[in-house]
Amino acid sequence: MTSTTLPARRDAPASRPRRRRPRTKQHLIAWAFVAPLLVVNVLVITGPGLASVYYSFTDWNGIGQPNFIGLANYAEMLSSGAVLNAFVHNIVWTIFFLVVPMAMGLVGAFLLSRIRRGQVLFRVLFFIPYVLATVVSAAIWRQILDPRGGIGATLADLGLPFLTDVNFLGNPSLALGSVAFINNWQWWGFLLVIFLAAMQSVDPALYEAARLDGAGPVREFWNITLPSIRPTFVFLSLMTVIWSFLVFDYIYVLTKGGPAGSTDVLSTLLYREAFENQRQGYASAVAMLLSVISAATVIGYFALRRRLKWDV
Amino acid sequence: MTTVLKRPRAPFRMSRVLTWAILGILAIYALAPLVVFAFNSLKSSREIAVNPMGIPQEWNWSNFADAWSQARMGQALLNSGIIAIFAAAGVALIASMAAYAMTRLELPGKGGWILWLLVSTSLPIQLFLVPLVSWWSFLGLYNERIGLVIIYWAVYSPFATLLIRSFLISLPDEYLEAARIDGAGEIRLFFRIVLPMVWPGVLTAALVAGLQAYNEFMLAVTFIQDRDAQPVALSLYSFQQGFTTDYSMVSAAGLIMALPVIIVFVLAQRKFIEGYASGGLAN
Repeated sequence: MTSTTLPARRDAPASRPRRRRPRTKQHLIAWAFVAPLLVVNVLVITGPGLASVYYSFTDWNGIGQPNFIGLANYAEMLSSGAVLNAFVHNIVWTIFFLVVPMAMGLVGAFLLSRIRRGQVLFRVLFFIPYVLATVVSAAIWRQILDPRGGIGATLADLGLPFLTDVNFLGNPSLALGSVAFINNWQWWGFLLVIFLAAMQSVDPALYEAARLDGAGPVREFWNITLPSIRPTFVFLSLMTVIWSFLVFDYIYVLTKGGPAGSTDVLSTLLYREAFENQRQGYASAVAMLLSVISAATVIGYFALRRRLKWDV
Repeated sequence: MTTVLKRPRAPFRMSRVLTWAILGILAIYALAPLVVFAFNSLKSSREIAVNPMGIPQEWNWSNFADAWSQARMGQALLNSGIIAIFAAAGVALIASMAAYAMTRLELPGKGGWILWLLVSTSLPIQLFLVPLVSWWSFLGLYNERIGLVIIYWAVYSPFATLLIRSFLISLPDEYLEAARIDGAGEIRLFFRIVLPMVWPGVLTAALVAGLQAYNEFMLAVTFIQDRDAQPVALSLYSFQQGFTTDYSMVSAAGLIMALPVIIVFVLAQRKFIEGYASGGLAN
């Protein structure tokens, strides 16, 4: 298949089937083919999604009758210290994921695109963590970061006692960084593989011209590779922003938002409010906040694409 | 031999050495944690206390059998297998039908569909999670594997539709025209001609959906409480919560969960990677 990278071509003007059957019947057939997608989407996503909008204005507790309470949930949310705390963690998370895995993925992909032998092997090795389940990589790293028997103790045995007794997941000032570090281990290889696919479709003549001009690898990276894969780069950056605001799995599995709220993010807060405190109405308001953030990011992305005409 | 053949050798370059060094370090970073995990799965719990990260002194293969029964891996793997296969097959069918309608049939409002798919892929699960729980209990789908599968159909189909659509766009029209002139109905046409021609795309979409369903956590933990219906991700999760000190058992159970995925991935890595890196995402 053509492994065009993400923001790819526009619709080829699909030549339409000649109208042999009556038009209404053709429409009916077409609708029948999208019906399964439409049904599951309305049942699971669109329907409950719209219901969420309504519940966000109520005091629904998940069982009883919801009472309309206007903007009370939103007022509470916007003045809540817990929401602010979670929001700040989402921002920290976003910055971390815009920098660390992006840099690792870009550098790794660039280096990999320059070697011929071993490229496929490396690509598979780097991608393996990505195919592991969250619960598996959480189990792996919980052992490695164990304060008594993990990396700290092992380094101490080797005469490097600087990480001894560091409680990576239990210390409030380290926990968020530790969870992000663990998530990054699984994530960066995915970025690398996508960046690599984009880099492989860069015209080799550009590199040859640069080499004739005496450019070294560093200049090639900044002057040719990076501008050529800019659409992919922007796309993944914006996706990173969205995913960073929706992150749930790693935090829930490793710390559940603790200790003392130090790893709480909007998703874990929403989950706790909905399924532990039975405040479905309030949780729906938090869901609205998350949706607005994602929607704004997506709209921003398309505005950028249209404005800068990156839709090539 | 009278003459020594001189192969033209590439000049020694610092950048080359550096490239391989960095790639090597990244590979160690990716794999070393997995190796430690595999080591720990073979140690006794006594050994793990004194030798937490090194090579096991004695290889306790029985750990796998113990973990298998303690974490109820048999039932959980069966549940996960069922969930992943049904999710993959359903997503492939739903998505290829929809993609076919969007590219080759007279479906009104073409651009609108694409936008709707894009919006659906980027909507947060959190948006519909809360009401869906009560809808699902009302419909009797809560705590049921099929209930989880239906959610996966809805969540993974939009991406798969965009992916398969990118294959369908490049399909030449003549075949379909010829079959239509022969009087083939649309359903026959779809299964006999369209599906076989975009099979690589359908397979990729199915593999990606199956893998996601197998690994998925948030929806599973929300919609399945019943131990007998739990997928393996949940049984490993509760096993971790309960056995935090016995890392050898957790490692063995974790490897049992991860091995099928690693094997399938290595065998079909090209398809997987193409699936993720393809134009489907934002086409």
